[in-house]
Amino acid sequence: MAIATMRPCGDYRTSYRADQTIFATRLSTAWALAGLLLLCLAPWLLSGYLLSLLIQIGYLGIAALGLNILVGFSGQISVGHAVFYGFGGFSSAYLARHGVPVPLAIVLAGLWTTAVGLIFGLPATRVKGLYLAIATLAAQFILQDFFVRAEWFTGGTHGAVAPPFTLFGTDFSTDTRYFYVVLFFFTLMYLAAANLMRSRDGRALVAVRDHYLSAEMMGVNLTKYRTMAFGISSFYAGIGGALYAHYIGFMSVEGLDILFSIQFLGMIIIGGLGSVMGSLMGTAFMVALPELTGALATALEGGAIDHALHLKDGITYLREMLIGASIILFLIFEPDGLAHRWQQIKAYWKLYPFSY
Amino acid sequence: MSPLFFELLLNGLIIGALYGVVGMCFVLIYKASQVVNFAQGEFLLIGAWICWWLLTSWHMPFLWGFLISLAFMTLFGILVQLVVLRPLIGEPIISVIMVTIGLSIFFQALMKWMFGTFAQPFPPVFALSQVNVLGLHVQSAYLLSTAASLVIMVGFAWLFKYSRIGLAMRATAFSQQIASSLGISVRQMFALAWGISAAVSAVAGVVVGIVNGVSSALSYFGIKVFPAVILGGLDSIFGAVVGGLIIGVLENLAQFLDSQYLNWGNLYEIVPFYVLIVILMIKPYGLFGTHEIERV
Repeated sequence: MAIATMRPCGDYRTSYRADQTIFATRLSTAWALAGLLLLCLAPWLLSGYLLSLLIQIGYLGIAALGLNILVGFSGQISVGHAVFYGFGGFSSAYLARHGVPVPLAIVLAGLWTTAVGLIFGLPATRVKGLYLAIATLAAQFILQDFFVRAEWFTGGTHGAVAPPFTLFGTDFSTDTRYFYVVLFFFTLMYLAAANLMRSRDGRALVAVRDHYLSAEMMGVNLTKYRTMAFGISSFYAGIGGALYAHYIGFMSVEGLDILFSIQFLGMIIIGGLGSVMGSLMGTAFMVALPELTGALATALEGGAIDHALHLKDGITYLREMLIGASIILFLIFEPDGLAHRWQQIKAYWKLYPFSY
Repeated sequence: MSPLFFELLLNGLIIGALYGVVGMCFVLIYKASQVVNFAQGEFLLIGAWICWWLLTSWHMPFLWGFLISLAFMTLFGILVQLVVLRPLIGEPIISVIMVTIGLSIFFQALMKWMFGTFAQPFPPVFALSQVNVLGLHVQSAYLLSTAASLVIMVGFAWLFKYSRIGLAMRATAFSQQIASSLGISVRQMFALAWGISAAVSAVAGVVVGIVNGVSSALSYFGIKVFPAVILGGLDSIFGAVVGGLIIGVLENLAQFLDSQYLNWGNLYEIVPFYVLIVILMIKPYGLFGTHEIERV
């Protein structure tokens, strides 16, 4: 019966169990599995260029999800996510250079970054809101400075080599193979985040965000959950950064600046704060944006607009401006992000043509 | 103590006064409209570039160029408030912070695109020379910047103590409901606060531009202002001045220690942020800020 898999328009769930499932219906489970299967086939279906973009979405998406857990779920803003991402990359490269197998190094790098994140999350026990945002701003500059200084760890300004990913003697350094590595971590991390939101801990995080005084009265330990959110977020950032380092084979301080941190924030705002799927959508948007500007500039090449604006020289600035503009426009016109828009599209078709 | 020490100390006070001015503008916006403005540095940047452009491309006399860029920045500040910040009134603080961050990178990139990334010297406005102050050589431009800072500070003090507009702004900051019940237009006060803040920041931008040349490094002031205002207390205009002076002096003391003894390099840039973390840990509301007391 086709109708049985459709969701009714009201909320007819009768048990907490039904309320807590990751996938609402059997059909959505099937869709998710089909999507995963399709992704497994991606190396055969897509060109090398699109595949590299997918890998990029994969590792950035993991880090963005971490930031979304911190900002979207627990309501603490961080403007220093890029340095935690970078710390993960450097740790993994450092460990792998010292003989730790790369798969293990990636996980360990995540844990190291968690430790660092907890240290910088300590102000969260005392301050909140904008004070915390400013504390993470300081973390951004302090860690960036640390990366330049700590030559034994990061190679200083020259950067550090990250050995390629090998597992049981098989080399995973080509795009086609590395894609599966990223896909594996990606699936694991996204399922873990979706799962977290069903647990007591996840709900406690949301409660802290929505009304921390009430949450504390209900017996939620504010200090514990605020620092925990920092820890989880840094773990995700560390794994994302480590995956990036072993993909590129090289990790450098360059590019870990505040603009990159803001780009992460842009991803989750565009995707939707407090939405697991939204983190992915926002990352895809942010990865596609520079590509689209590039395509646009090529299309306009030689025309009057190109002549007037010197598009070729200005393309990097144009990209930065578009990032800024998309953050502003989304916040004003679509504060709940792409995930919300997607929900509305689904809701529209669910009851079509009798939507109300 | 070597003369270098005193020179750096004086330098710290001069730079600190500028931090204080930018800090005051930041606090003005925060007090009036509860917005943490991450785009404060861009106000300096835009103001300085506009003034530079009027002076070099249009060959205007300095006074006219300066006044036109101030008028432009006032309008610009009001416009930013009207178009971008007003729709977000009542939204969570994360959205408001994010929108100013978005503004910051948007305008920073736009300015780089329009005027390039290289530092451009201001056309010589005043005859620059070395002046002898208490046995130390000081550039006259620095004296000019200190004078400008002092004038701005006194101006702010007068504005908030005696002028009708300033009093209305303080009333709005105290309580929006009470202020509007007394016939003060809260909307106008918000817009005005942004306009004044943008214009005064632009003055600071032009002053720094005359001394060091105009470049995108100006927007870094907007970030350096955070340690200063947090130290002074986020909602205290007096605190912003004190915090700015302390941070300016600390920076230069760190520079002194670094160059003479430690040789770690780059301490000048990074020390304010360590200070920032320490203050947030031990005294989050700063020296003069209001303590928010909550009871569960």
